[in-house]
Amino acid sequence: MDKVFRALADPGRRRLLDRLHEENGQTLAQLCAPLAMSRQAVTKHLAILEEANLVVAVRKGREKRHYLNPVPIHDIAERWIHKFEQGRLRALADLKKKLEGEADG
Amino acid sequence: MADSRLVYVTTIRTTPEKLWLALLDPEFTCQYWFGTRHECSWEANADWKLMTPDGRVGYSGEVLEIDPPRRLVLSWRAEFRPEWREEGHSRVTFELERCGASVKLTVVHEIDKPESKLLGTLSKGWPRLLASLKSLLETGESLAETREWPKGF
Repeated sequence: MDKVFRALADPGRRRLLDRLHEENGQTLAQLCAPLAMSRQAVTKHLAILEEANLVVAVRKGREKRHYLNPVPIHDIAERWIHKFEQGRLRALADLKKKLEGEADG
Repeated sequence: MADSRLVYVTTIRTTPEKLWLALLDPEFTCQYWFGTRHECSWEANADWKLMTPDGRVGYSGEVLEIDPPRRLVLSWRAEFRPEWREEGHSRVTFELERCGASVKLTVVHEIDKPESKLLGTLSKGWPRLLASLKSLLETGESLAETREWPKGF
């Protein structure tokens, strides 16, 4: 779980997760294209995300595609968010989303 | 992309045998798999159905590969929504791999179709289901929200 928090602590890595959320199964080249990050930096970030199990890489022939794996985030939510509060928290999260738009730092 | 694919990995503190049982046995599935149960003889080429709590066929297909407690491949078609049924059969692969005192479970759901609506919707269900399965096996309790079939489905 430390690895998940460490992986999520970096805005560049969160941006990569956002990109995979928009379109799952991208190659390294696809992920690099619109980001202001070098190929080396993206490769390094992906390795940390894979280590934390937030991204899973699947090799198909010569291609390596990257998939978002949100299961560890659900595990964290389950551990710290009391079940009885879930409904209320979701309502608050929805409200926040409505007021602020989808953007998140 | 010419296909759609979801890939999930979770590591669960259990044995491959227990995890296999939890994936197949209705006593377990009804607790974390949105109240559903399989109907299947669990042999290669056997018909497979996932029944909703109110007795409808949620998904159907057949057992493409079965190698307990290591690998299960199912063909998988949604039966309860016409627009999903039209997408035809997808494929779900469960792979169990012992990792020390834990088991690494990999679930791949794929369909030879770009931008599948079915997979788009199920991408919200699979992570919760798998987190709940982990919780059930490690703590004895599944996530409350995964014990019932979602309203409106």
